Amino acid sequence: MNTAATLPLHREVAHAMGMPISLAMRGRHAGRRSGHEAWAEAMAAIHGADQIFSTYRPDSFISRLGRGEVQLADCPPEVGEVLELGTQAEHDSDGAFTMQLRGPDGRHTLDPSAVVKGWAVDRATVPLRQLDDTDFCLSAGGDLVCRTLDPPTPAWQIGIEDPHDPARVVATVAVRTGAVATSGTAHRGEHLVDGRTGLPPLGIASVTVIAENLTSADIDATSAYAQGADAARWLSTRPGRTALVVWADGRTTRLAVPRD
Amino acid sequence: MKRIILWLAATLSVLVLLFGYRTSTSGALNTTQTPVTGTSPQTSSHSSGSGPGSGSSASGSASSGSGSGGSGGSGGGGTGANQSATQTFTGNAVATQWGPVQVQVTTKNGSISSVSVIQYPHTNSYDQQVNGYALPILVKETLNAQSARIDMVSGATLTSGGYLQSLQSALDQAGA
Repeated sequence: MNTAATLPLHREVAHAMGMPISLAMRGRHAGRRSGHEAWAEAMAAIHGADQIFSTYRPDSFISRLGRGEVQLADCPPEVGEVLELGTQAEHDSDGAFTMQLRGPDGRHTLDPSAVVKGWAVDRATVPLRQLDDTDFCLSAGGDLVCRTLDPPTPAWQIGIEDPHDPARVVATVAVRTGAVATSGTAHRGEHLVDGRTGLPPLGIASVTVIAENLTSADIDATSAYAQGADAARWLSTRPGRTALVVWADGRTTRLAVPRD
Repeated sequence: MKRIILWLAATLSVLVLLFGYRTSTSGALNTTQTPVTGTSPQTSSHSSGSGPGSGSSASGSASSGSGSGGSGGSGGGGTGANQSATQTFTGNAVATQWGPVQVQVTTKNGSISSVSVIQYPHTNSYDQQVNGYALPILVKETLNAQSARIDMVSGATLTSGGYLQSLQSALDQAGA
């Protein structure tokens, strides 16, 4: 707190992928043109990912790939990268995580959105990381990446939304450098389902995972949430993760798994 | 089966002792080390896959009974206790001088496949950061978000449509 007083926060907000993107920055480039340019580059990276991966755009590569109009080889290399991450996540969760979205008509569509968000935000931090003497916390719709350079600087304080009352926080967590992702009730009308049953998981309200990068944190939060009552057990097998599970009845489980 | 449980109990004790040692060396220096108090952790029976774990709050009485993968619906040993099953054992929370410690062990094919510390004392920041990250600190029922000093909100419900009513929006507008 005492050091934070000498490091005022500069904040930015924009919207992309149907989500608010919020940036908090402190240090040398905060509030300066250089900082603003890095923020613009970060947003450009997120918009770029959305162009390729949006399932809401019929002309995106991912939509065309899903309809079989193009092959993977015709797509930008990022598509292969994301699908590989998704395939690994499906494997690691024994199929609870899925990139196949089942429509009301029972047909499956390719939807790697659960991978794209974390992956895109990780990439968007690249221009921010190039700012010297500058810390940042970049959040896309409640999934975020933090960086803290100087040891005496206080950690970022992250509030974890109460899934039963989004106006409140259920916990706080101090993160210096790392990523925090929360999966729970639907975004934008999408319903998270257990890929093995096609049904929404039972017994669980939200899963928050803290990991080294947002790609991993987001995938693990989604994978654990999809497993419902088995979420905490599965998370305990994931090295290096710290997590908070909020159950449907309001109880919570916190866990920290040592690194390998 | 019984032998495995006994062996696990011993392993858990060692882990807790190790943890106790770790915290006492990295913790404050103003007290002499006392042995770990409390009894050796007992492994709780592995449960069927139904119940979500508890383990709420930092009170030390929590136990987590998340379901094990392999043993179907049967509770104790019996015929379902198959060596090839994945099973999860949760030790009781053990009081150490630094606070409660609880360990969970998952076995596969009769050997340990993962060990996690599901409850740490949080008397100082070093104790919490076994994997480099602090544990989330539960906010007391009576405390609302505005009273907690936070920089960002992590949550699952944030969309552009709901943004203006959100906690994050309030933080962004506060500007600091």
